[in-house]
Formats: sequence, C-alpha cells, structure tokens
Amino acid sequence: MASSAAPRSKTKSKGLDPARADEYRGWLRQMLLIRHFEEKAGEAYSLGKIGGFCHLYIGQEAVAVGSLAALGPDDYITCSYREHGHALARGISSQAVMAELFGKASGCTGGKGGSMHLFDASLGFLGGHGIVGGHIPLTTGMAFAAKYRGTSQVAVCYFGEAAVNNGAFHEALNMAALWKLPALYLCENNRYGMGTALERASALYDISERACSYDMANEVVDGQDVLTMNAAMERAVTRARNEKLPTLLEVRTYRFMGHSMSDPIHGHYRTREEVEGQRKRDPIAGWSQRLIADGLMDEDSVRSMDKNVLQEVEEAYQFADQAPDPAPEELYTHVYAGEEGER
Amino acid sequence: MATLTYRDALNHALREEMQRDPNVFLMGEEVGVYQGAYKVSRGLLDEFGPMRVVDTPITELGFAGVGVGAAMVGLRPVIEFMTWNFALLAVDQLVNSAAKMRYMSNGQVGVPAVFRGPGGSALQLASQHSQAFESWYAHIPGLKVVMPATPADAKGLLKSAIRDDNPVIFIEGEMLYNIKGEVPEGEHVVPLGRADIKRQGSDVTIICHSKSVGVSLKAAEQLANEDVDAEVLDLRTIRPMDTEAVLNSVAKTHRCVVVEEGWPFAGVGAQVVDTIQREVFDELDAPVLRVTGADVPMPYNKQLEKAAKSDPAKVVSAVNQVLYRD
Repeated sequence: MASSAAPRSKTKSKGLDPARADEYRGWLRQMLLIRHFEEKAGEAYSLGKIGGFCHLYIGQEAVAVGSLAALGPDDYITCSYREHGHALARGISSQAVMAELFGKASGCTGGKGGSMHLFDASLGFLGGHGIVGGHIPLTTGMAFAAKYRGTSQVAVCYFGEAAVNNGAFHEALNMAALWKLPALYLCENNRYGMGTALERASALYDISERACSYDMANEVVDGQDVLTMNAAMERAVTRARNEKLPTLLEVRTYRFMGHSMSDPIHGHYRTREEVEGQRKRDPIAGWSQRLIADGLMDEDSVRSMDKNVLQEVEEAYQFADQAPDPAPEELYTHVYAGEEGER
Repeated sequence: MATLTYRDALNHALREEMQRDPNVFLMGEEVGVYQGAYKVSRGLLDEFGPMRVVDTPITELGFAGVGVGAAMVGLRPVIEFMTWNFALLAVDQLVNSAAKMRYMSNGQVGVPAVFRGPGGSALQLASQHSQAFESWYAHIPGLKVVMPATPADAKGLLKSAIRDDNPVIFIEGEMLYNIKGEVPEGEHVVPLGRADIKRQGSDVTIICHSKSVGVSLKAAEQLANEDVDAEVLDLRTIRPMDTEAVLNSVAKTHRCVVVEEGWPFAGVGAQVVDTIQREVFDELDAPVLRVTGADVPMPYNKQLEKAAKSDPAKVVSAVNQVLYRD
C-alpha cells in the first residue's frame, strides 16, 4: 500500500559511520535473532509446545532493535503483547524468552506470564501487557517516578496504532505533556489492529498529529529502516532526558504475519499483493545490504552470522523443550507480597 | 488521646506517612489546591508541595494507571478517587494491572499502592453516586480491601495500607467523615486482616463493616433493651478476611446476622455465610441471615432511599428471626 509508505531515511545518502560498525553489526544480529526466534516460535506453536495466544513480530524487527539501542540501562520499558522482539532486543536471553513461551519454570516469568507477559525487572523491562492501551498510563507513571526522584531515566511505551483510539492513550499522553514527564510513546503503526485497518478505526490518518492535542513533540518515522529508527529515537530520548519532555513517535512498519497464530497472513482484510509488496521492504534484507554496500560486512560474514543465530535459536528451543514445568506449589506464590499473603 | 473526626484521622495518617517516607505521595482530583473534595487532604499541599500532592485532570483510568506505574518502580502512591463510583472507569487498571502485576511477573514487580476514597451511599445522591463496591474488589486475588468504621481505625488502617507492599483498596464511608472518636496520637497502626469486636455479647453475632457498624451498634442497643445481648464484629478488612475472629464469635453465640450496605447477590455477606456454614455448621442454632441494601439501583426519593438502605430496625428484625423470637 503506497499510502502506508513512511518517509524514507534521510541518512541513506550518507555513508555509515565506521566508528559504529560493531553496533551496526549488532543490530543485524539482533534483527536476525528476532526473525529466526519468531519463526521457531511459530513452529513450536504448531507443534503444541506453545499455548494460548502467540503474536509474532516478524516484519517489525527494526523498530525494537533501532529504538531500544538508544536507551540506557536504567530506563524503563513497557510493551503490548507483541513483545518477544523487544524482550530479546533489550537483552533477555533467547532461552529465557523461549522457555517462557513454553510455560516453563526457567522462563523469564517462571511460566506464569507466557507470551504476553514477559518481564525482566533487572533490565527495566516491565512487561508485556495484554489489554490494548492499558500499559500506556503505567509508562506515564514510570516517567512520573523518574521526575519525582530527579533521575535522568526515561520511560518508553510500545503500542500498536489500534491503541490510540483508546481512552487510556489520551489520558496518559495528556498527563505526560501537562506534567512535562520524560516519557516516550512509540506507536508501531503496522496498519492493522487485528483485522481492522487504520483508516477503518481512526478518524485521523496521521497518528503523529494526535500529539498536537497535547502540545507534544512528534515525528513520523520509517520503521523499516533501523538506522532511521535509531536516529529518531535518539532525538526523542534526548528530549526526554535533557528537556524532560515527552514525544509521540509514529513508526510506520508492517506485520508480515497474521495478527496471531490463528490469523492467516492474508485473507479477509488484506491482500496477498499488499503483503508481498510490503515484504519487499524487509528491514533485515535492507540493513544487511546496506552493511555490505558500505563495506562493514560481506556476504560471507552475513551468512555466518545468520548461521550462528540459527544455532542460538535451536539451543533456545532445546533448552525450553527440556526445561521443567513450574512446581505445583508455584500456583499460589506471588499472589501477595509478604508473609501474610493469603491463598 | 485526641478526639478527631474520621476525616482528620485520615488526614493525620496521610501526613505522618508522608513525613515518614519520601516515596509516599498523594494523587487525585482536587486533592491539592481545593484541599480535597471531602477535605481529607487539607493542608497537605502546603506542607509537601505539588510534586507530592498532585492534582489530576478528571481521568480516573489514567491517574490510577499512573499510580500503578509509579508503584511498579518503587514509589508508594496514595491514589484518591473522589468517590468509588468514579473509580469504575479505573477498574481495568485496578484489576488487570495492579492486582496481576506481581503474579504475572513471577514476583519481580509489585504494586505497593493505596487506592482510596469514599464508597457507599450518602443522602439522596441517586443511582450513580450511591454504590458499595467492596465485593467486586474483594473478589480479585492480588488486592486487599480495607474499610474502617471509626476514626481510630481510619488512621491505623490507612497507615498499615500505605506500608503494605500490595495494592490496597481502601474504601472510606462517605457518611462517616464527620463522626468523631478518640484516636491515639503518633504511631497508631492497625494491622490489616484483623477484625475487631466493637461490642461484646453472648446471644448473637452481628457481622458488619464500615457504615454498617454504626447501624449494627444501634440495633444492639435496641436489642439490649429487650434483653438480647448482641456481639458486634467489625470485619475492618474485607480481604484478607479474619475468618478466625468470625468463627470464634459464631461458635460462642451460635447465631449470626451479616449486615452490609451493598447489594445482596454475591455480596460480602455471601462469602461470610459460606465460611460459617463450612467451618462451624454444628455450632449454629439457626440459619445465618443477611441484611443488605435493596436489590435495586438507589432511588432519589427520600422515602424510597430509606427503604432501600439497611437500618437498625432491619437488623433487629433479622436478629429476632435467628433467635426465633418472632
């Protein structure tokens, strides 16, 4: 769809900064990891090893990788339920994420959260959240806490474009702008809320313009280009950290797979032609070609990296498959804090 | 010991906890400049400033979520709802975020927050402003539900709620703010999860909470004139419920009436009755009866409203039934 085309990278004409070569190669590896991890998760789902809902991130990898690279170790992150990629890009191990998808005790939330509720508090990764828009006010609260304590932390919220029609989005952004909080609202506009196209759900096509209601800085970003994504995120993080002001980033991206495992890739709400057209802007192919063109990698090293990632994913799968289930008594732990926790 | 109103007892608890712990802050509609819709937060903005006494837009879902998010990263918010009727807009944050966070994160992230404000009916405020929601929140694992009936309990329970590491639903009585009572000064802490015998008795146990405690005590006075010695047990905390206190009292009196302001269907009393019949069935000399609000939205008309509310006469009548005195 031409109408979903995001503004293309302005940095493309310039050569890549060789001083950042390791970082750039690391982004490719992270994107490959997410891609292959999700492919494997889809396979495991089909085999019945993953239950419940499973929302894959294939096609959107550059968004999580490019944006999370701009954050510091103390920053706070919340996500929607399509968060496997963010968890991996933030540094939760592929084993811990896969084991969580399998519902195992060695998963990053002990098998209690599952695909939609990945957490690692030590990384500031404060959850995948299952109610559309529900985590947006939480992120405003984390930014409030940073301001309250006078730290330089920022709080980042990832959500899909369907969430912007929800009252929680409006309420949370209004308060963040009103109180000048170091918050960053990153809308991953993949064009569809489940099967409902953006223009069938939102009276306003350009989501970034919603920021005008809150007098908030905003930007439209090409989410299929990891470098563009990273640069936009760095501007927003700087604004939050230094000026204590929030930003709404509308990141235009595309979900290559169905909404969840039960949704075919194309069918009722989008055509095969549309999906195939979007796949031509594969963020991973684009970035690896760029690295090769700029001489930071060659085809052999890309192939070797790919192989290495596939190996890691296979190990994560084996780890998850062999990991133990949570002990039966775990049913009743962590309902309440403290000794007086009831059953 | 000072004599304070329920309102001022809450105010003292807030002030003392904010003095004690810099992570405690108060957020809600009209809590600052306006000094609180019910003046519970009077003087706090002057003492603690606008970063710790935060006026919000009318956005219950939003600021409840802000409170949960701030608590997830270690602050201890006290979130004021102008009334619990308005908190219906925030139920997603209370149930899906606050109550679940510790469990979903496998213990990594807790929500040490208090959500407080007046619940129940006042006078002629009609259907949308006269509701008792404690049974809703008590239904949710992960939440605690606290409902003080006296100024002393208001202070002591609010201090405990603020210090608790769990999300606490703290429902004040809208008609209780002006009642007066003796309140210990300084460090007066009432533990959560402990009921209190407000009147000792031997013939029947009246179990109640919040505004229904006053109703029950009045009924007990009337019953005393008829030589019926009623014990009045104030639950104080709905969840976790002090089942031991409930069972001990019923085992002593062998008869029980449960009084609450809310609707009958799946109300707090239903849970109390279930516990009693399972645990001390053989101690009972009569079926346990319940006195509740009428099973209707609250009407505006004064006479109809009176008919819809539990009152001492209805409690006396129920007690007479369990004593087979009718």
